[in-house]
Amino acid sequence: MAETKSLIGTQNTKGQTYTDPWKLLHEAPRTPSFFTGSEVIKEAIRRASCDVMIAYPITPQSEAAALIGELFAEGYVGDYFRGESEFAVMSQCAGAAFGGARVFTTTAGPGTMRAMENFPMWAGARLPIQMIVTCRGINSPLSIQPDTLEIAYLLNTGMLVWHAETAQDFFDWILKGYIVSEEPEVHLPLALCCDGFFVTHTKDVVNLTPADMCLPPYDPYRSPVPCMDMECPPVRMMRDPFVMKSNYISYATHASWQQEIWAAVERSRKHSIHWLNGLIDTENTDADIMIVASGTAVSQGREAIRMLEDEGVRCGLVKVKTLRPWPEEEIREATKNAKHIFVPEFNVTGWLAKEIRATIPNHHRVHAGPHVCGGMTMPPEIIVSEIKTALGMKTFSLAGRGS
Amino acid sequence: MSDYRVLPGPEHFLPPAAASMGVRLPNPGEAHINGVITSEENAYEEAARQFLMANVPTIFPGPLVLWAWNEKAAKKATAIRHLFNTLKECVQPNQKPMLIPMPDYRPKYPKINPEIEINPNHPNLTIWHNKIDCCVFIGVHCHQANLSLKIIRGGTSCYTIAMCAQAGHEDAMLSFRDASVDKIMRLADTIKRLKGTVRPRLTPVKNAVSD
Repeated sequence: MAETKSLIGTQNTKGQTYTDPWKLLHEAPRTPSFFTGSEVIKEAIRRASCDVMIAYPITPQSEAAALIGELFAEGYVGDYFRGESEFAVMSQCAGAAFGGARVFTTTAGPGTMRAMENFPMWAGARLPIQMIVTCRGINSPLSIQPDTLEIAYLLNTGMLVWHAETAQDFFDWILKGYIVSEEPEVHLPLALCCDGFFVTHTKDVVNLTPADMCLPPYDPYRSPVPCMDMECPPVRMMRDPFVMKSNYISYATHASWQQEIWAAVERSRKHSIHWLNGLIDTENTDADIMIVASGTAVSQGREAIRMLEDEGVRCGLVKVKTLRPWPEEEIREATKNAKHIFVPEFNVTGWLAKEIRATIPNHHRVHAGPHVCGGMTMPPEIIVSEIKTALGMKTFSLAGRGS
Repeated sequence: MSDYRVLPGPEHFLPPAAASMGVRLPNPGEAHINGVITSEENAYEEAARQFLMANVPTIFPGPLVLWAWNEKAAKKATAIRHLFNTLKECVQPNQKPMLIPMPDYRPKYPKINPEIEINPNHPNLTIWHNKIDCCVFIGVHCHQANLSLKIIRGGTSCYTIAMCAQAGHEDAMLSFRDASVDKIMRLADTIKRLKGTVRPRLTPVKNAVSD
């Protein structure tokens, strides 16, 4: 059996040292670098001991996928190719993961939707594939602009779903994501989401770990299902397995199988808390007014809080880092003092507000908004305006200047 | 901590996964009994007690220890045989220890032969047919073990134990983690030590029979 621990301290073919993940991410020196989010994805994958990367071009993830092609050319990624479509890509990712590879892919918007059938299959097959989702509009008429609606569709696939706010989150969470999702009792795919363009195409200072240190390789022998056993589920999908039978025990097996996937999401909670330093971050939880947000809406909320402070309104913040596992207890605790809870979102349906309403007591406290979508930006002024309106304070419209 | 307790069934038409009820896995050096974290020492004692009390204490070795695919697996298999022999030596004549393999996870229809194997997709058939009232899973892939443990808890009253080489199983009534040859041997030693001190149940167990 491959012993991952025994490889720590040894070097790969690129001269990188396999490093204890905790030391790599918490103790190794960091170098500030000025990079776009796409470049940060590349730098994280350089350190991720990734075996296979497959993608299909779709804005705004194409740049990251192309940059990882450079990593392949340099020898940092074992194999790399473009699939025929997003559906093909995600199926090919499954094949690679079934074979025991550490797999990485990137997608966005309609690509995510096109490939959707594969995501519950990944989770059901317990494949710890990591997929970056650089969220964008998904509806017709076509929009390539930032919009987080696609995350709502991922929430019930059985995948882990994390929502990064910044490029720094992205760098750290790509590496931490593999550690959490490859734990044998978790062993689920991870959709690591960010708000397209806002994170992928803007530059930020990101503190990088040394390029000559990398994660230990994936150990497929710790998988909770046998890899590539063609005679057994989950690889064997057809030809008289229990999936094709109609009897009580067949249904019970299916039901237990599904429960086990969601049990694994629950088990990821402990590891996610450990590696992400909690499922949420909080500020001023004693305030009457709280903003609860994920992704770049957190950044806008933070700025709105600063502006409100200037006007004498004290406001707290909850940054939701993981959507699956859902931080139910944490959000309940963080919002227990709030009289008003505002949930700014970059999508039309307000899926985060719905999740929060289903989580907390007295859910009438939740104000689902402000919302923007279709690529609109969310100026902090509109969060301020929404809060002041709810408090009965005078506010001005930001929409125009009248006739 | 969750109020939910992982107890012998039959629990429900479709029992929940214990993890979804808030039961958490033990950390290294710990075990759990009924979903409550405890020391490994307590777990050895309780597992041995359950085995010595059972009418049909049974070991279910899985594919990870049934084939000598590496040196560690071969050593574990030897230790499991030792555990079974110890069990046979320590029970009373009217108790019936069994060693039934889970050779693979293939769906087998119309049915498995419950006298010679157990399958995670329909483990209750083997439990019912052999009237097994206490069992331990060793060397079964974690997903398949959880699948099976949950179905057993749903439809039988069998006491389930997991000797897991990874992080353990909430869906068993008792679970060790990081199982090794030493831990299997220690369980055998504990059974030997408790021999004669535990009164066998020796009464029909509710729903452990096929009626």
